[in-house]
Amino acid sequence: MLGLTKKDFSLFILVVALTLLAPIILNPFPVNSSLGQTFNAGYPALLQRFAIFGILVVGFNILFGLTGYLSFGHAAFLGVGSYAAVWMFKLLSFNIIPAIVLSVVVAGLFSVVIGYVSLRRSGIYFSILTLAFAQMSYALAYSVLTPLTNGETGLQVYPSDPQVLASVGAPSAPHIFGLPMAQSATWSGGGWVFTFEVGYYLCALMLILAFYLSIRIFRSPFGMMLRAIKSNQTRMNYTGLNAKPYMLRAFIISGMYAGLAGGLLAAMDPLTGAERMYWTASGEIVVMAILGGVGTLIGPVVGSGVIKYLENIVSKINDNVLHSALRALPDGLENFLVNIIHPFVGEGWHLTLGLLFMVVVIFLPGGLVQGGQKLGAMFNRQSGNTTAAERDAARQTPSKPAE
Amino acid sequence: MDAIILQILNGLDKGSAYALIALGLTLIFGTLGVVNFAHGALFMIGAFCAVTMQRLLTLSHTVIDPSQTDFLGNPLQTKVPYLASIIGADGAQALIAWAVPLSIILVIPVMLFVGWAIERGLIKHFYKRPHADQILVTFGLAIVLQEIIRAVYGANPIQSPAPPMFSGSIDLGQYLGFQANAIVYPIWRLVYFGFSTLIIGAVFAFLQFTTFGMVVRAGMADRETVGMLGIDIDKRFTLMFGLAAAVAGLAGAMYAPIVSPNYHMGMDFLVLSFVVVVVGGMGSLPGAVFAGFLLGILQGFASMNEVKAILPGIDQIVIYLVAIIILLTRPRGLMGRVGVMED
Repeated sequence: MLGLTKKDFSLFILVVALTLLAPIILNPFPVNSSLGQTFNAGYPALLQRFAIFGILVVGFNILFGLTGYLSFGHAAFLGVGSYAAVWMFKLLSFNIIPAIVLSVVVAGLFSVVIGYVSLRRSGIYFSILTLAFAQMSYALAYSVLTPLTNGETGLQVYPSDPQVLASVGAPSAPHIFGLPMAQSATWSGGGWVFTFEVGYYLCALMLILAFYLSIRIFRSPFGMMLRAIKSNQTRMNYTGLNAKPYMLRAFIISGMYAGLAGGLLAAMDPLTGAERMYWTASGEIVVMAILGGVGTLIGPVVGSGVIKYLENIVSKINDNVLHSALRALPDGLENFLVNIIHPFVGEGWHLTLGLLFMVVVIFLPGGLVQGGQKLGAMFNRQSGNTTAAERDAARQTPSKPAE
Repeated sequence: MDAIILQILNGLDKGSAYALIALGLTLIFGTLGVVNFAHGALFMIGAFCAVTMQRLLTLSHTVIDPSQTDFLGNPLQTKVPYLASIIGADGAQALIAWAVPLSIILVIPVMLFVGWAIERGLIKHFYKRPHADQILVTFGLAIVLQEIIRAVYGANPIQSPAPPMFSGSIDLGQYLGFQANAIVYPIWRLVYFGFSTLIIGAVFAFLQFTTFGMVVRAGMADRETVGMLGIDIDKRFTLMFGLAAAVAGLAGAMYAPIVSPNYHMGMDFLVLSFVVVVVGGMGSLPGAVFAGFLLGILQGFASMNEVKAILPGIDQIVIYLVAIIILLTRPRGLMGRVGVMED
């Protein structure tokens, strides 16, 4: 259906269901309970990030997962997309359609330039070239390009901006034909409150589209060609195929995904700064992709979701929460455990992230998705049903990335 | 003329740090074939060794002096370093002032151990994995090391002053025959430059003139043959990782008076050092040192007002620009050997 095989279609339906129902699924606890205040993730600001970073990493996966080229400067496209979108808000109106279109186009053009130059080298040199370009963009955005980027203050919309297309009654915040992004409907019952926001559903729709497109690319002859380049580029050259145009196309598609994510970030909050392009932001994208599972379809969505969830939830846990969670234990043990856990939560969540990342790289090169498949295969074997599922798992496990 | 000399000097201290870090990176790459993204973190740990030394020396106990009272009328309590009760107050003060140079005796064993532990505990398992995996796991390690330091020492930069003898500036212009105040330069940066040339010289001498160094160089050229000659090259390469870590640590410890140690200083230096390694040529030790100083000095020149007037913002991007040009026109870097990571 929709041009997908049965298996891909069920995966696609799963993602659609998860994104559409996320405001309900991620609010499993009543609002006022202590568990709910810590672990509920179904609020719009976080949900938007799930979707936006999902788009970003799905795009990154088209480049890294299929071709094996590790870009360490992907955040530059995100930043450029954001700047383009905010400029559209400043010049035209708060309608997000031109902003998002322009952010994708500008990021695409930007990636043509960077990709054309960087793709002349491979391996670690490609990584360093993309890193150098991204750092250059960051440094320029902070210094010389201040008229375009507003430097350290960050680019934002002022009442004095022209906004030539703004109609009289339109809201003075990002909207889509008059429907503001921040508008939301709530539904409450029995202590649970669910918020359904326009902004989130826009991002979710984009994520679903992006995901669908990525499935089609993975299954297309073009995707097959990219995998061939990954496994042996020299052989591709000897068979008379020029690999460069394919690589460049993958790079541009991936850059446009990042631009879309940047445009959406600006549409949710019309404010952007150069720090979005800093190389640690690019590093975060890489971490998300690896954590979820590079080269798999669902991996990027899983990876970005897990990291954004951890970032928001683990960094919210403080000693009070720990004490109340461990109240049942004897006092000495409780204090001991709180002291042990303390460095890993709250401000120290990056430590948890780093450790988790290392564990995944060392033991699960295929990411969490591979971990899930291994677990699934184990259970299947125990129940004596070794045949179909296990063969599937073996087939889906990404082969070791070529150098 | 004096302006040019001043810019060269300004580039020297940054260049020294780049050169030392790049030297370590190249040693690791040349011997073990590993791209170590955690090297900046090792630099940072070195700087925090200087902080630790300072804290160790000023470790104090409280003395209650009943004969004097504070403004509330309670007996006066003063903090006295333990050191003062061992060698007397004056000696203790002098030692504390020299905490940064003294930290060298702490840095070397700590960094050798850290390097050894990282190689044996983690990197050993990654020799057969692709370069991308090595980059990723060392990147994760860098995050972990950095966060551990932040958990222990906090997120704010910690001041660690140079000894009083070397703090302040010196008017170099007078010695070189220019007018007064033409070239004023902080003394510690000169010390840092001297120190780094010393370390670089020592590393090269070690590789060139000792049997151990000769074996290591042979192993870098052809690991398999050296192994077949009955030499346990892996053990020596592990030690080279420790040595590279120690070089990065020393660079960091002595850099502490120039930039107050903070937990993310390593990341800031790491990217630039990688660029330096690539410009110098992967696997080339002299290339790394040369490119380090070259890029430091270029950065110094680019931040001259005259240059900035023609090309605004060039000081921010000159290093990356040079790297891009070199990578595209001369794939193996300035001094890289033919065939080493050229694709």
